[in-house]
Parts: sequence; structure tokens; C-alpha cells
Amino acid sequence: MLNRPGATRTTTALAFLLTLAACGGAPPGGAGSGAGQTATLLYWQAPTTLNPYMSGGEKESHAASLVIEPLAEYDENGELVPALAAGIPTLGNGGLSADLTAITWTLEPGVLWSDGTPLTADDVVFTWRYCTTPGGGCAQASHFEGVETVEALDAGTVRVTFDGPKPFPFGPFVSSLSPILQQAQFGECMGADAVQCSDENFRPVGTGPYRVVAFRTNDTVELERNPRYRGIDHGLPFFDEIVIKGGGDAAAAARSVLQLGEADYAWNLQVEPEILERMESRGSGHVVSAFSTSVEHLVLNQTNPDRALGELRSEYANGTNPHPFLTDPAVGRALSLAIDREALVTVGYGEGGRPTCNIWPAAPASRNNDECLEQDIGLANRLLDEAGIVDTDGDGIRERAGVPLRIVYQTSTNTVRQTTQELIKGWWAEIGVATELKNVDSSVFFGSDLASPDTYGKFYADIQMYTNMAAGRNAEAYLGQWRTDEIPGAANSFLGQNTGRFHSGELDALHSELQRTGDPEQRDALIVALNDLLVQSYSVIPLIYRGSVSAHGGDIQGIRMSAWDSELWNIETWTRSP
Amino acid sequence: MARYLLRRTLAAIPTLLAISFVIFAILDLAPGDPTSSFPLSIPPEVREQYREALGFNDTFLVRYGKWLRQMTVDEPIALIEQSFGADAGSSRTRIQSWASRSPVMDTIAERLPQTLWVLGVSFLLGIAIAVPLGVVSAYRQYSLVDQLGTLASMVGYSVPTFFTGLVAIIVFSVWLGWFPSFYDTTHEVTDFASFVFQLRQMAMPVAVLALFNAAALSRFTRSSMLENLGEDYIRTARAKGVDERGVLLRHALRNSAIPIVTLIALQIPGIFAGAIITEQIFRINGLGQALISAINASDIPMVQTLTFIFAVLVVASNLLADVLYGLLDPRIRYE
Repeated sequence: MLNRPGATRTTTALAFLLTLAACGGAPPGGAGSGAGQTATLLYWQAPTTLNPYMSGGEKESHAASLVIEPLAEYDENGELVPALAAGIPTLGNGGLSADLTAITWTLEPGVLWSDGTPLTADDVVFTWRYCTTPGGGCAQASHFEGVETVEALDAGTVRVTFDGPKPFPFGPFVSSLSPILQQAQFGECMGADAVQCSDENFRPVGTGPYRVVAFRTNDTVELERNPRYRGIDHGLPFFDEIVIKGGGDAAAAARSVLQLGEADYAWNLQVEPEILERMESRGSGHVVSAFSTSVEHLVLNQTNPDRALGELRSEYANGTNPHPFLTDPAVGRALSLAIDREALVTVGYGEGGRPTCNIWPAAPASRNNDECLEQDIGLANRLLDEAGIVDTDGDGIRERAGVPLRIVYQTSTNTVRQTTQELIKGWWAEIGVATELKNVDSSVFFGSDLASPDTYGKFYADIQMYTNMAAGRNAEAYLGQWRTDEIPGAANSFLGQNTGRFHSGELDALHSELQRTGDPEQRDALIVALNDLLVQSYSVIPLIYRGSVSAHGGDIQGIRMSAWDSELWNIETWTRSP
Repeated sequence: MARYLLRRTLAAIPTLLAISFVIFAILDLAPGDPTSSFPLSIPPEVREQYREALGFNDTFLVRYGKWLRQMTVDEPIALIEQSFGADAGSSRTRIQSWASRSPVMDTIAERLPQTLWVLGVSFLLGIAIAVPLGVVSAYRQYSLVDQLGTLASMVGYSVPTFFTGLVAIIVFSVWLGWFPSFYDTTHEVTDFASFVFQLRQMAMPVAVLALFNAAALSRFTRSSMLENLGEDYIRTARAKGVDERGVLLRHALRNSAIPIVTLIALQIPGIFAGAIITEQIFRINGLGQALISAINASDIPMVQTLTFIFAVLVVASNLLADVLYGLLDPRIRYE
């Protein structure tokens, strides 16, 4: 069923056609496509809806990206490329206002919804109102943060005005997380009525290369070529039908694609690297990975989590409750140097990880912290000795000002994380640090239950480990997480994102400067400065630059996997070689 | 008989109410958060609004009362509306899944066919293997058939389905390539070729589950038959000149049937719950898989409704077993 021979063409011809499409030329229509071909994509955790605004998960936005599109999307290098927009607005082309408070998008002319009606600026305005109407619980509301108003200047132009200068204006309507919905379809689904719209959420009318034939939540999505897709005259998309199939686990999905050839693509293969390598070597498929900003890192509690403190446990309390030894950069640096990141990658991540010493690992990546790439237990020991943190009572554990370096190190339950914990515990023992390991089920750890002492927001431990990432390329919002006003505590129901309770007036000032700066070069310099400040404070210790790992069949061509956006962002140009 | 049925049905209502309350309380006490699987790039305030829209922040009694009303009033009305295309007019809210934000019952209706196909067939196949095997094993005790049957049922009973399932996939999918390793829930049987495909995709899960189901049942049948074959009335029947077939099937099997029927009836809810693992291994997106993913996603309305349906099945199966006793043994009276 999957390997049916069909009309084919070379990727060169495809690239040629794409060039024509980009130039707006009119190539001869009816170019060959994959007549009758179906591609099967395995999403072992299947999409639960096709409306990304109704779900925070990435599997939903990936599946939806075949049907509904944003104004612009990120390619595999994290560069913006136009989707429904005619071009990317910049200061140079006048799309961005000089005071950085407004961005004007021009829509690609002549785009039709799959029901035949034209896409207009009103649909874009509607999408903003849809996500920001209270009571709907829009999961992507942060994309519209700081938006004062969105207005249609004419049928093909839309202007987004922010409540202040917004040097990074690509939150709204950019990437598969913020696609344009059709006003005619979703008009009745505003606010609290959103939940009554399961038919709309499951079968959105879109402008993308495919339209929904059948949607079974958490199971299967069947899609067919959208006859009104704007690339249709250029022979896009190649595949007539796409089936997204869920169920089972990552290892079974990898086996289906790499070894059995039963399916063409498998997403999110969190499988032991050794097993994945063996499967790849025995079959015709390939493992692919892509990186954006995800970093697995250690967070060092800057406040005292001592149980005896009661209410004050892990509370910032305006800096009056510092941690007895983790606020000392000498300790953090030693802990960091003791870790062999390369070993962690080999054991747990394989192609899905690289050692890193930066919390912002993508361009503009800092080169100033590369010391940590090499494990150096000798240097770590020397640093602690020089700082006067030595073992005074002969129990093998160093003391700082009489307080022994005993650490409770927590993370979520996950085999890779527990292996990492064990390895790190061993290395830290070599520098005289005693570690107690703890793991918490991820639904609790990343949850918000105020009654639970085990959430990462409460952080009743000394060190915790998890992965954090930016939304798209938004370094500004991401690095803002370490501002003093983001510190979680009882006062804000532990909702802040600065779980390490890091507080630095210098970071706050640098970040405020970043929020005002429009010049790209200056912004890059500020991002590097913020990264270096954070990393060199040793309130965070970056470990692994984490990528997404997927696999595709040996006969599938044209995959340009992007971790910045939906992995399926360019599915219209995927082909099957004969 | 009718009065007995009515009385038992009415008596089941408080039981089910109590069960539903206990399930709800346990789920409420269990930690979890429907937004915990979101990437951390979604800020806490947005998560809070999301939880608020789901009704996650309502108090326990409010949520329980709402669920109870939806389960007993709104969902039956919605079912009637859907079956007859009518519209009862009043505005109602159906039980909404927190993961898909769509009616839970629609998902269950979507999942039921594949669960019934695979589990139902394996259940019937299990009975069809187990009962004759048990009868023959008892009749020819310590024969080769009995020895082999004992061995097979020991293997079937003691080796878990997640192991036999994986072995089957490796042998028949990976090495031999006979069967697909995942189940296509959208497949429709329209002609002979598609029927053959349906058989192929069902073959492995059905075989694995049937082996497991048959194992216990064949042992029960065997021991129950052995007990009865030693009874005086069997000798009497033979003395009367009843042929061996009649002795075995009409006398011994019928009298051995009560424990067998009990076991079969009580296995009915078990096949739904017990198949959770098998569904996961063979990637059959049925009710069991729906339950597992709902638990992982802290989708409490889905978990609550599914577990409640399993509870209803347990109560109903008990009732069914009681009714069957009367049909099998005229000495049992329902008053």
C-alpha cells in the first residue's frame, strides 16, 4: 500500500517549480504528482484536536500545520519564511514602524480557503479576537501578549499594534502555533463557547496543502489534497493523501519506519540511542534530528529549601533567605566542571543531544563558556580547595562555613533523566559533594497543584533538572524568565518561571535594554550578555542542547526538519522517489 | 423472573452511585494537571486560564454534581437526539474531555468497534478453544491431549500478554512480514480483500488474547468436569444406556457449567480492562488505549467516565451470571 509506484519526478524539477512559484511565474499546470500515493506519518502520541489554540501540545500543531497556516513560518534554520503573507515585514521594507510599535502584514493575493471563499484580513483580525476573548482558555494566548489591537487596513493588509515598542514582533500569527482560523467557521466559537465547537476544532477549514477527511481524536487523522491550495498548479503537494496514525510507543513507531517500512515518518523518537542505531543500520530508513532552543539544564536553588524554615522554605523574601552554599559561584562552577556532558549524550540522547554550556544555545550562541565542555574533576576539586570549601570533619563531604555540601537533586520521572541523575551523583561524589536523588511523576512535577510539595515551582530541593525552551525565536521573552519579578513564591501562587529564584539587578537592567533595542546586532550582543551573565552566575548549569529526533523511510525526499516550527512545515514538497 | 430482574436493577443504582463517588474521589485526590504536558514555553498565566476554562479549578462537589447530571441526564438525551435526529431544544453541556475538548461519549463511540472486534472475537475464540479442551482433558485425564493442554494453559496463564505480544510482533511482523504491526482503525470491510486485511490485522492480537483467555477457562472446565464425571448420576446415566456423547455433554457438562458460566460472565468486564496492555502493544486505539492516554494527560472526565462504564459492566455481568444460573439449573429459584 505504501510503496505503490506512481508518477514521479526528480527533486531538481521540484526545486525548479518552486523557484517559478516563488517568482510568481505561471508554469504549465498539471505537473505530475504522486498519483494515488499516500504517506503514513506515525505520531505515537496522537493529536487530540486540530486547533492549536485549544491545546498546548506540539503534536496538535504539527498535524494542524497541514491544514491551517500562519502568516509566516520558521524553516529548518530558524529563519522566517512567508506562508500566507506576501513577505516578511522589516524596518527596511516599511513593514515595521520606526518606533517598533506596529507591524503591517500584506497577505499573499488570491489565497482561497478550502471551501472556496477568499482569505481576507478580517480572518486575521478574527483569529486575534478568537484567542484573546476571555473564557476560552486559549493555549497560545502568549503569542498575543502586548498586542493592543489588530486591524484590517484593507482586504489584503493587516496591522498589529503593540502597547509599546516590540523589537520582536513575530509572536502573533507566526509559526504553526498561531495559525489563521476562518472567521466564517469559528465565528460562533468565541470565549466560553469554544468547547461546544468540537466539529470545528476537529475539521478546521484551512488554506494549507491538505484538508481533513476524517479526524479521530487521539487516534488517526486522514487528509487529502486541498484542491484549492495555492501551489496546486505547481504540482504541490506531491502526496494525494496523508494519514497521521497514533498509538503504541516511540520504539514501536521507530521499528515501523526504520525496520518494517510500514510507515513513512515517525515523530519524537525518544528511544535509547543504541536501539535506534541498531534499527537504522538494519533497515532502509533514516534517523533525522533538528535543534532549536531546548536545553536540559540544572537549576540551582538560590534560596534556602531547608524544611526547618517552614513557610519561608524556598521563599525569595527579597533576598533575605539565601541558599547556604549554592549562591557561591565557586561551588556552581565546580559542580559544572565535574560533569562529563559527552558521556550523558552518548548514554541518553544520541543524535538528539549535544553538550552545551549555554542556556541560549542557538545563534547568536556565546563562545565564552566552553570551559564546561571538558570534564575536569581535578580543576573542580582545586577550585573548591582554593575557595576554602574543604572537608573539615573527615566524612568525605566538604563544608562551606560549617554547612556540608549535601544536595537534594530532583527531576521528573523518565529513564533518561534518572540515568543522568545517577551519573552526575557519581561525579559529584568525586569532588566531595553528597547527593540525594529524587524523581517526581511529570504530571505532578510540572503541575500547578498548590497542595503538592513536589512541583518544580515550589522547588523544595537544592537542584532540579528539566528542559526549557523559547517560543519560536523569541529570546527576549525567554531570557525574561530570569527576571526578579518572575520569582515564584506563595504570593503569586508559585506561578513565576524563575524557579531558581535568581535575582540580579544587572540582568533585569540588561533585559529591559533588550526590550527597547531594535538594532539586530545590538540585540545579539545583549542576548549573549544575558546568557553569559546567567551561566556565569551558576544559578543554572546547562547540560544538553536537546533536539527533536524523527525518522523517515529511505524513499522519502525533501524533508527539511525544523525544530523551530512544525516538523511537517514543508510537507507539500515531500516526495517519494521511485 | 421479571420482578427479580427489576429488583436487582434497582438495587444496582445505589451501588453504582457509590462506585462513581469513590472513583471521583480517588481521581480528585490523585495529583495531576491537564497542562503539565505543555512545553514550558507556555507561561504559567496562560496555563491558569486554560485550567480555568476547563473547570479544573471548581471545587470537588461542584465537579462531581456536574458530572453526575451530565452522565445521567444530558448524555442520555444527547444519545436519543443523535439516534433520532431530534433536538430537545434546551441547552445542555455534555461531558467534555480535557484533552480533546470534545464530548467524551463521542470518543468512546469511536473506540468501541475496534475494542469489540478484537476483544470480542478473542473472547469467543478463547471460549471455543477452552471448553472443548477442558472437556477432553477431563474425559481423557492424563492422556497426551490432557498433558499438552495443561502445558499450553500453564504457558498461556503464566506468560504475560505484553511478552507474548512482543514475541508475536517480532516473529510474524519483523521476521516473516505476515501481519501489520499496527491496527488501522479507519479500515472498513467492504469486499473480500478488505475482509482478508481485517483478518490479517486482527490475527496477532486475537491470538495472543485468546491464548490468555483460554488458559484459565480450560483449567476451570477440566476440574469442574472431573468433579462431575466421578458423581453417581454419571454412573446411573451410563447404566441407563445413555451414549457417551450424551453423558458427557448433557449430563456432565451441563452440571459443570455453573462455575464456567460464572467465570465467563465475570471475564466480560475484565476483557475490556485487561486488554489495555494488548491494545497498547498492537497499537489498537480502542477503549483501553483511550484510558491509558487519558490517565497520562490527566484527562479526568475521560478517566472517570471510562472507569464508570467498566463498573457498570461489572455489575451487569454479575446480574447476567445470576440469570444464567437459573437457565442452567432449574433448582435455582429467583424469589
